[in-house]
Amino acid sequence: MMRRFLLISVPYFWLLILFLVPFVIVLKISLSDTALSIPPYTPTFDWSDMGAFFRALDFENFLFLTEDDLYWKAYLSSLKIAVISTFFTLLIGYPIAYGMARAPEEWRPTLMMLVILPFWTSFLIRVYAWMGILSSEGFLNQFLLWTGIISEPLTILNTNTAVYIGIVYTYLPFMILPIYSALDRMDGSLIEAAEDLGCSRLLAFWLVTVPLSRNGIIAGSFLVFIPALGEFVIPSLLGGSGTLMIGKVLWEEFFSNRDWPVASAVAVVLLLILVIPIVLFQRNQQKQAEAEQ
Amino acid sequence: MMRLSWFNVVSLTLGFAFLYIPMIILVIFSFNESKLVTVWAGFSTKWYGELLQNEAFLSAAWVTLKVAVMSSTLATVLGTMAAHVLVRGGRFMGRTLFSGMIYAPLVMPEVITGLSLLLLFIGIGLDRGVMTVVLAHTTFSMCYVSVVVSSRLVTFDRSLEEAALDLGCSPLDAFRLVTLPIIAPAVISGWLLAFTLSLDDLVIASFTTGPSATTLPIKIFSAVRLGVSPEINALSTLMIGIVTVGVISASLISKQNLIRQRKEERQAVRAQ
Repeated sequence: MMRRFLLISVPYFWLLILFLVPFVIVLKISLSDTALSIPPYTPTFDWSDMGAFFRALDFENFLFLTEDDLYWKAYLSSLKIAVISTFFTLLIGYPIAYGMARAPEEWRPTLMMLVILPFWTSFLIRVYAWMGILSSEGFLNQFLLWTGIISEPLTILNTNTAVYIGIVYTYLPFMILPIYSALDRMDGSLIEAAEDLGCSRLLAFWLVTVPLSRNGIIAGSFLVFIPALGEFVIPSLLGGSGTLMIGKVLWEEFFSNRDWPVASAVAVVLLLILVIPIVLFQRNQQKQAEAEQ
Repeated sequence: MMRLSWFNVVSLTLGFAFLYIPMIILVIFSFNESKLVTVWAGFSTKWYGELLQNEAFLSAAWVTLKVAVMSSTLATVLGTMAAHVLVRGGRFMGRTLFSGMIYAPLVMPEVITGLSLLLLFIGIGLDRGVMTVVLAHTTFSMCYVSVVVSSRLVTFDRSLEEAALDLGCSPLDAFRLVTLPIIAPAVISGWLLAFTLSLDDLVIASFTTGPSATTLPIKIFSAVRLGVSPEINALSTLMIGIVTVGVISASLISKQNLIRQRKEERQAVRAQ
């Protein structure tokens, strides 16, 4: 009995203290006065007098978020960037996953490893690799000038386009793997049956293959969309001053402006936005797990 | 067997080109003589030499390695325990909360995790440095470990463990002698995953570290913000090389193990 208690309580308390409690603190600071939380910040952590705390609760920081349109624009533009790049990741990832699922059996482990390998490679380095490619004297421009497609170098680095490219590139494995595993389980004879019954190949693909890989598409899309929404590294390295993303705003609010209550309020709102896709994602995973059993 | 159509071949070729060309360019230009990273001026390994003399990078690499080893080991122990609780724990108070706390960090934006942990460390007056980064990394990577390990535990034949208990093993011995060897591949890959996540992390480390502990990603990030440099290319090439060798050898080893295991199973069946 003692052993079971220990087994449960050690990871439980670890997560309670280092995962849940910090969120409560963020929530608390987001509701506290800016004046109170100027360094050394001690008054914000006075847990003994909760009554006084509740009386002093104020939503000033959240009001501030609605007043300054920087924040609204940042949330909206993060959503836009996340949606568009998820769409392009799907557009590029699906054909790759499809090709992998149709490849000869003995190739598949190698192809699989080729998809996973970038995932093990440093995220920062993969984003950095694009800085040399997209800059105005970078390889892409050199190549396009050489082929004669363009006569003036394009400005791609430090624009939203570069952010889209960065997100698609770094999150592509997250899209490919769930779709591949859904397609891999599919029964090939279903396509043959559809074709025998008079479907064209394209129609058979649309009516049979796509619906059967639906769970993979949903899982992959959430795996790209959720982290892309709060992304910080990609917009700060590839994006420009005009690229508004909430992860970057939170970072700057915290490290440059040192406004902790506002940074906390930004985090709370971001979390509220993410609750919906996270719950949908969990439900999809659960459904899939049940279907497998 | 379905045949690959031209469309499949084209999409696979273009797809893998897209995934690999940026890294290949990075590697090639780490051997460039010129300081200008986009103009080729002849083969040279001088950037590697400069890198090895750069004290700041070396000490950052050492800090990163220390953090990664400590946090991934802790995370593996805690994550394996958590997986055990998730799969075998039965009912207990707050089970839903527990599994929620295991899955939530997997999808939490790093900026939020980092910010909240920093506020906790300040709140309890913990000095920020190597220790706080280890605590932070352990917390999010134990969740990855527990997901990996629990997927193996689900398919585990429980009667083996019960047999050991019936034959007089203590529960701890049964775990050590029966369960652990069977789930070992999952535990090892969990450790590797935790190790890589820790090596790779910029955002959470930036929030939770102090001036005494600069990790390699933090160092790289501040250098890269100023633009592309051949020294960073050399460093990236080293890191890509290590990962490539690691992943390929790990997959070869696991393939060999699988072949050996199948052979042993066949022999066992024949012996019966």
